[in-house]
Amino acid sequence: MGQITLNQVTKSFGETQVIPPLDLEINEGEFVVFVGPSGCGKSTLLRLIAGLEDTTSGHININGNDATDLPPAKRSLAMVFQSYALYPHMSVRKNIAFPMRMAGMDQATQDAKIEAAAKALNLTDYLDRKPGQLSGGQRQRVAIGRAIVREPAAFLFDEPLSNLDAALRVGMRLEIMELHEKLKTTMIYVTHDQVEAMTMADKIVVLQAGVIEQVGSPLELYHTPRNKFVAGFIGSPKMNLIDGSEAQKHDAATIGIRPEHVSVSSTEGTWKGRVGVAEHLGSDTFIHVHDTGLMDMMTVRITGDIQVKHGDDIYLTPSMDQMHRFDEHGLRIA
Amino acid sequence: MARAITTNRKAVNTALAWAIGLLIFFPILWTMLTSFKTEAQAINDPPLFLFFDWTTENYSTVMERSNYGRFLWNSIFIAGGSTILGIIIAIPAAWSMAFVPSRRTKDILLWMLSTKMLPAVGVLYPIYLLFINLGLLDNVFGLTFIIMLINLPIIVWMLYTYFREIPGEILEAARMDGATLKSEILYVLTPMAIPGIASTLLLNFILAWNEAFWTLNLTAAKAAPLTAFIASYSSPEGLFYAKLSAASTMAIAPILILGWFSQKQLVRGLTFGAVK
Repeated sequence: MGQITLNQVTKSFGETQVIPPLDLEINEGEFVVFVGPSGCGKSTLLRLIAGLEDTTSGHININGNDATDLPPAKRSLAMVFQSYALYPHMSVRKNIAFPMRMAGMDQATQDAKIEAAAKALNLTDYLDRKPGQLSGGQRQRVAIGRAIVREPAAFLFDEPLSNLDAALRVGMRLEIMELHEKLKTTMIYVTHDQVEAMTMADKIVVLQAGVIEQVGSPLELYHTPRNKFVAGFIGSPKMNLIDGSEAQKHDAATIGIRPEHVSVSSTEGTWKGRVGVAEHLGSDTFIHVHDTGLMDMMTVRITGDIQVKHGDDIYLTPSMDQMHRFDEHGLRIA
Repeated sequence: MARAITTNRKAVNTALAWAIGLLIFFPILWTMLTSFKTEAQAINDPPLFLFFDWTTENYSTVMERSNYGRFLWNSIFIAGGSTILGIIIAIPAAWSMAFVPSRRTKDILLWMLSTKMLPAVGVLYPIYLLFINLGLLDNVFGLTFIIMLINLPIIVWMLYTYFREIPGEILEAARMDGATLKSEILYVLTPMAIPGIASTLLLNFILAWNEAFWTLNLTAAKAAPLTAFIASYSSPEGLFYAKLSAASTMAIAPILILGWFSQKQLVRGLTFGAVK
């Protein structure tokens, strides 16, 4: 259980249409990530699925049933919010029990499920505390616990990790992935962080201005971005996009080459530039190259450590078979 | 800025605050003092401040002459009843205004408040006629209802301000968790807004307790609360300042005590939303 289909769904706030007609198929058990810059409509789309916003037109099917006009409670979905949205006046135990209490589940079942969820999420010692006495990571676990006990058809996550610090974020990311492996329940996850999208998703939905730019597996998006926007958005550091005469040499309006697909030399290469800032990560080095005459600043990623100084001349050679070509509309040329 | 306030200025501010406080409190203090004087001392020129023969004679006379208990009960019933009734109506109203506002919500709020700007006497005639026709004159239920309506805009406004401080995501979480609208308001919103609801209750209880215009005009004997009890001592056949003062003191004492013990809640309620 957990098949969700969006059919010509639109959403307008007053005169402004934030989601133009949109179709999307989410399969049973998939981990789907909605990703895009802020204001791209990804959260709105999630809230439409949740039922927290009404669709302006179109249909939403959940498990084959038309759920377009169902209230959130009747859609058998569970949601984890960015702000955790725990009930501050209830203990952790009562927070987790709340959806079961609303469903009228008997006390013994409730207790058993709370124990199981608390054990799975390392919350056993905190069951009698109030949310205010917990750390951010613990609060997020309580929110997840509250979602699990509902045994929903799908989990909806609205940027659940953005309030956590970097170290905790990586840990929670793994926990959510483990949870998905264990439960095999459909999960829809909204984030603006393309690293989260790449690492977690079975399927990524890239959105811009309410429009789906591309749907695919992380590697599909990485290797064959459908257009310039996806090419620039997926991958870190960003793909170098080069317009003008250099692109015309390759029969394209724009060519794209990822930083990791450029090799460097101090003596010879296709393009010449001057070293700007070099970021040494140990495992990798990111070199920002100026004055190539191709674009403002080109980024190159070299595995391992390489000694370059600010202002050094540097030669770059793109790996031709890894080059992406785009036409004047920004669409990929096969 | 905080450091710029020196000890000297603090002392001046404290003295000023006390002076203003005493000035405001003086009429009440004078009423209380007068209630312990004889009628002759009460109108003595120059006025006697503390050095007079203290007597409780006025209180015994007042207790003998009127049924204080009945007035007190009516006051409690009207103030308590109108406040509870008002809260029950105002919670859903404030909920919808705070969490599902429409384009006209602000206008509705202002329009509601504007009814408080109308002089009450302006609607006395129609309401009096309505009360006669409905047989509600001198009836505690009728009075409770009208006072609830008078204070409803303030209750809605206060609750609205409190509810606005509650993150909407928590209510959305409740909706996702399967809560119906009733459960959402009952188990999530109301417990979170308890401090706000408590100060709203208190303030409205005090407002209803002190309401004199409608209680005087719509009651005679049966439903008369303490405000009418005070008025009954300002008789046309001569002024009995001491007895009037005793009656006033007895009428305001319960609410003064309530206010004293709940001042923290009250101050929070009155400044809420203003200080952020």
